[in-house]
This record gives sequence, structure tokens and C-alpha cells, in this order.
Amino acid sequence: MSIFRIEGAFIDNLPKIYALYTGGFFLFILAMAIGEKMGMSEDSIGIGFVAFTVVIYALIGWLSRTAQVDAYYVAGRQVPSVFNGMATAADWMSGASFVAMAGGIYMAGYPYLGFVVGWTGGYVLVSVLMAPYLRKFGCYTVPDFVGTRYGGNLARGVAVVVLIVASFTYVTAQINATGTIAAKVLQIPFGVGVWIALVAILLCAMLGGMRAVTWTQVAQYIVLIVAYLVPVFWMSAKQGFGYFPQFEYGAAVAKLADLEVLHQVGQLKPAQAVAGMSALVNSTAGAADDPIAKFRFVTLVACMMMGTASLPHILMRYFTTPSVKAARDSVAWSLLFIFLLYFTAPCLATLTKLQLLDPNLATSIIGKPISQVMALDWVQKWSNVHFLSVVDANKDGILQINEFFMRADIVVLATPEMAGLPAVISGLVAAGGLAAAMSTADGLLLAIANALSHDLYYKMIDPKADTKRRLIVARVLLLFIGAAGSAVASLRLTNILGGVAWAFDFAMSGLFFPLVLGVWWKRANRPGAIAGMVLGLGSGSWYLYMVKWGGMKPWYGLDDLRFGIVGAAVSLVAMVVVSLMTAPPDKETQDMIDEVRVPKGASVMSATH
Amino acid sequence: MSTEAEKRVGHWNKTRGLMIVHLVIWFVFAFGIHWFAPQLNKISFIGFPLGFYMAAQGSLVVFVVQLFVFAKQQHAIDREFGMAEEE
Repeated sequence: MSIFRIEGAFIDNLPKIYALYTGGFFLFILAMAIGEKMGMSEDSIGIGFVAFTVVIYALIGWLSRTAQVDAYYVAGRQVPSVFNGMATAADWMSGASFVAMAGGIYMAGYPYLGFVVGWTGGYVLVSVLMAPYLRKFGCYTVPDFVGTRYGGNLARGVAVVVLIVASFTYVTAQINATGTIAAKVLQIPFGVGVWIALVAILLCAMLGGMRAVTWTQVAQYIVLIVAYLVPVFWMSAKQGFGYFPQFEYGAAVAKLADLEVLHQVGQLKPAQAVAGMSALVNSTAGAADDPIAKFRFVTLVACMMMGTASLPHILMRYFTTPSVKAARDSVAWSLLFIFLLYFTAPCLATLTKLQLLDPNLATSIIGKPISQVMALDWVQKWSNVHFLSVVDANKDGILQINEFFMRADIVVLATPEMAGLPAVISGLVAAGGLAAAMSTADGLLLAIANALSHDLYYKMIDPKADTKRRLIVARVLLLFIGAAGSAVASLRLTNILGGVAWAFDFAMSGLFFPLVLGVWWKRANRPGAIAGMVLGLGSGSWYLYMVKWGGMKPWYGLDDLRFGIVGAAVSLVAMVVVSLMTAPPDKETQDMIDEVRVPKGASVMSATH
Repeated sequence: MSTEAEKRVGHWNKTRGLMIVHLVIWFVFAFGIHWFAPQLNKISFIGFPLGFYMAAQGSLVVFVVQLFVFAKQQHAIDREFGMAEEE
């Protein structure tokens, strides 16, 4: 396996290596399918999938170990744009995208499509406003850019704080998702699951830093996209919507709309609330013609987009490309790979809902006698762990739409069982969800540890530290932050989608305008940037606290998922006003911005800073 | 033959123009079109209600195509003014 150590040869052989890997993965699925036919139990298939994939990631992590600063922080800046696109897609698509997003659409319908639009369109901002310029800058971390562009340890330090608040919120949600899957598959308590998950996550990142994370993320992307698409193709073929359901499920949406009328969706409301779960009482395609509903849709889109363009673990992926042009190409590839999952999510939500609602399908449960529904294997299994609940509110013995409750987070994981697909598909989906959550957790932990080791330790505390010492500090920090993340995740403070949305809002409140204006507005200066970060993050956090716990009525429907609108608006105003009230940046800084704006020439920061 | 400084100004003006064009397209498909979703839902597009389709798929396709086109256009601008990286 020496190919992994000779960088040149390895980079040239990437397509071959990953083609072999993908082929191997399909062979493994086939082996598991044969195993199932021969009587392998559902549990051992699940364990097989999780163990097989995690061992491969750990192996890649070990083979990519490095002692070089450039390889550790930015993968040696030689990741080709297509592969960086795949790695970014895995880095990006977290437990929230894989596990929770389709579930949200399934439960709440159209309003949740705001996540789909926001989490793709954000890449337009990344490419047009940010990534190529940050690549030209040649920094190792996002605070590195802030610290150098605006100058001074205070600006750098504040950027580190924003990064940690946003990324840490995000990473606990990911460890939560990883732990949930580990707990389900291995049948262990959730509290143990999060620690096992942490070990698996650290195996990928500890030794090789960004280089190891890059190559495991590519492997994880392949697993997660296969795991997401296969059940959808299968359900579609079974239900007769063709082999490319993404283009043809219009008929399914129409059918669902008819069935929703039949099952009185919109009229029946749950008689009582079940904590943490919801009933299928919302129309899938219907959009309310009401200004507040529309405003809530576009503000959710805006928060997710601006958050995308400010999240350091995403921006730093574009530091690894060989050139500015490659960074730009790579953003386009990233979005293409992300698109494959995102345009499938509403389709999955629609087809899964049909499985339960369409009386012509054997799997339907709505309108069936409750005793019959309760006898179903998957209903029992998920109700035992309190993820699902059936309440016969009107005591007629028949399951109505407002009497079936489930947690949105489990919809994707439970889909193969609801649709009556073989156990091998359940195992595959669990492996996919794990890949999605692990890859994002890896990227986030690395972003936090790198900001602390590079910006706080090396740039602010001990600038004379040698390479070996810096890398040891980076690894020790990774361990501690991971442990802290697991400890917080085991408390389960919020659900997966909520935690992730908060991370986006924190990031946009503190970092969006300081980053954008740092490139696009020469007049932006240090006091302005500091004011923008401090007041943006401060006001956003205040608003979140007041709306979520302080009992304040949200302004114009801006609830806790959308507090970034308040934070970013304050940040913009503060940054512009303070910048204009204080002296413009010096000549040296202005020249630096001119250099950042053109791709040619050496990067602004020296190669081995 | 213009000087290096003039080339840089020209390059940045064109870059900024391209940025504005792409952000306008982005704005329309990120926000504008979804504001009219209830009205668009009355129109059927390949079997979908159009408002739902745009949020579930249409806007996404626009973003993906837009980014590949943007990468190409920006590279052309960089080359036009001699600002591209050596390959």
C-alpha cells in the first residue's frame, strides 16, 4: 500500500483507486444480500455494514498519516477539484441532510423545502464572493484570513471565538446523529454510542489531519450517496414511477395530493401532542398564500445560504486545491455532488409517505385497523425505543392520519422497513447515515482544533514553536474537543436539524460580512471588523436566547431557526458604521487586497507560515 | 498596450460586473420565485405543481449550471487581462 505515501503517484491514481473502492463496496453489498438469503440475521447485517465501512475509513486515515504542516492543515494543496468536490459534499452533507432533511419535508411539507434551496444556493455565494479569494490568500484557517486582512490578535481571536461557537454547536449535533445510529445498529445505550462514535471519528482525523480527512471524506461520499439513492430507486420501481423517479415523481406528488384529501389532511389535527414527534397532518406540496409564511420561507433560505458561505469547515476545504481556478471549479463540482442527494430528498419524502397512505399498497397503514398496524414489525421496533407512537384518539379502532406520530429524524432510517425492502437496504442506509455524520464531524473537529492550534497557539501564544510541537498541540486539542463534543452530545440538548440550523445562524451572524467585505470593500478596517463580529454574534445570541428561553415573541415569524437574520443585519450595520468612523486601512493592507483579487502570482501569505 | 495598473482595474471592473449578474440570477431563484409559489402551484410542470417543483428541483438545477458557467466566465476574464495563473 505504499501508493498512499508517494503523493504524486497517489494523486495520479485517484480515479482508479476510488473506482476499485466503489466496486469493492458493491461486492460487499452483494455479499450481504446473499448472506440475507442464506439466513443471516438483520442485526448482524447492520453490524457488518457499519464495521466494514468504519474499518475502511480508519485504514485510509492511518495510511494518510503525516508529519508535515502543509499536509496536516491543507492536504498539501494538491487535491484535484473533482475529488475536492466529493470531499466537500461529504463534509457538507451531515446527519441533518442525510437523516433529518427528508424527514422534515415528510412531516411538514413545503416549508421545509427552504432547507433544500438554502443548502444548495449558498454555494453560489461561496464561489462568487469567497472561496477563490481565500484560496489566493493562502491561509491555513478562516481566522488566519481575518487576522491577516484586518491585522491584530484581537480580530484573529474574535474570529476564533465565532468559529468555535458555530462549529461546536454543529459538531454536537453530528456526534448525536452518529451516536443514534451506532446505538440503533449495535443495540447499545445512546450514551455509550456517542463515545464509540467519537473513537471512529478520531481514527480518521488524528494522524493525518486534513489529508486524512480529505481521502476518507471521498470514500464516505461514495457510501452515503449510494445509500441514499438505492432505496429511492427501489421504491419508485415498486410503485411504478419509473427508474428515474427524481424526474418522474410529479405523478406521485399529484397522487399524494388526492390521498391527502381522502385522509382529510388539513382538517384532522392531533387530539393531543406527543413530545418530540409529529403527525402527518401537513400537505406535501401546498404553499400557504400568506405573507408571514412566505417571509418565513425566504428568511430560512437566506439563513442557510449565508451560513453556508461563513462556515469555516466548508471554506477551508477550498484551501486544499492546487490553484484559484481549481477552487472555483471545485465549488461547482461540490454543488453537483450535493445536488444528487438534495434533489432526491423531496422525492424520498413523497414516495415514503405514499407507502403509508396509498391504500393500494400492501405497506399502507393509514385507514387500516389499529390492531393490524400495531402487529407490524417496524412499528413495534420503533415504538419500543419511543421514536414512534400510535394513539387511537377517537377510539374507532381505525388508524387516522392524526393518530400516527413519529420523530422526523428517523424517517430516512426507517424508510426501508416501512417500504418493506430487504434488511440489507436497512444496513446500507445505516452505513450511509453514519458516513454522512462522521464526515461532517471530522471536518468540524479539524476546523476547531486547527483554529486553536494554528491561530491561538502558534500565532498568538508561541510563534517560535517548531513543526513537531505544533502538530502535537493540534492532535491533543482534537482529542479534547472531540471529548467535549461527545460529553455535550450525550446530554441531547436539541434535535439534529435544530442544532445544525443554529450553527448556520451563529456563523452568518459573526463571520459573513467580515469575510465578504474583507475582499469586496477595501475601506473595511480592523475596528469595523471587530465590531461586526462582536455585535453580530452578540445580538444573534441574545435574540436566540430571548426567543427560545426568554419568552419573547418572535419578530415577524423570525423564530430560533432564523436568528441569523438579526445577527447578520446588526453585523453589517456595525461594520460599515464603525469602519467609516475610523481611519481607512494602511497602504500595505490595500495592496494586499489588490493581490487577493487576481488569481496570478504567489499567494499573499508565504507558503510555510 | 495598457499598463499593469490599468489591466488590474479593468479586470476588477469586469469581475465585479460578473459578480453582480450572478447574484441577481441567484436572488431571483433563491427568493423571488418562491415568493410566488402559491400562484405557481396552479401551473403544472411535467406533472408537478410548479411552485413545489422550483423549490424541490428547479432552483437547484439553476444553481448547479450557474456555478459551472460562472467558473468558465471568470476564468475567461482572468485570461483576457493576463491575470490567470500559469498552467
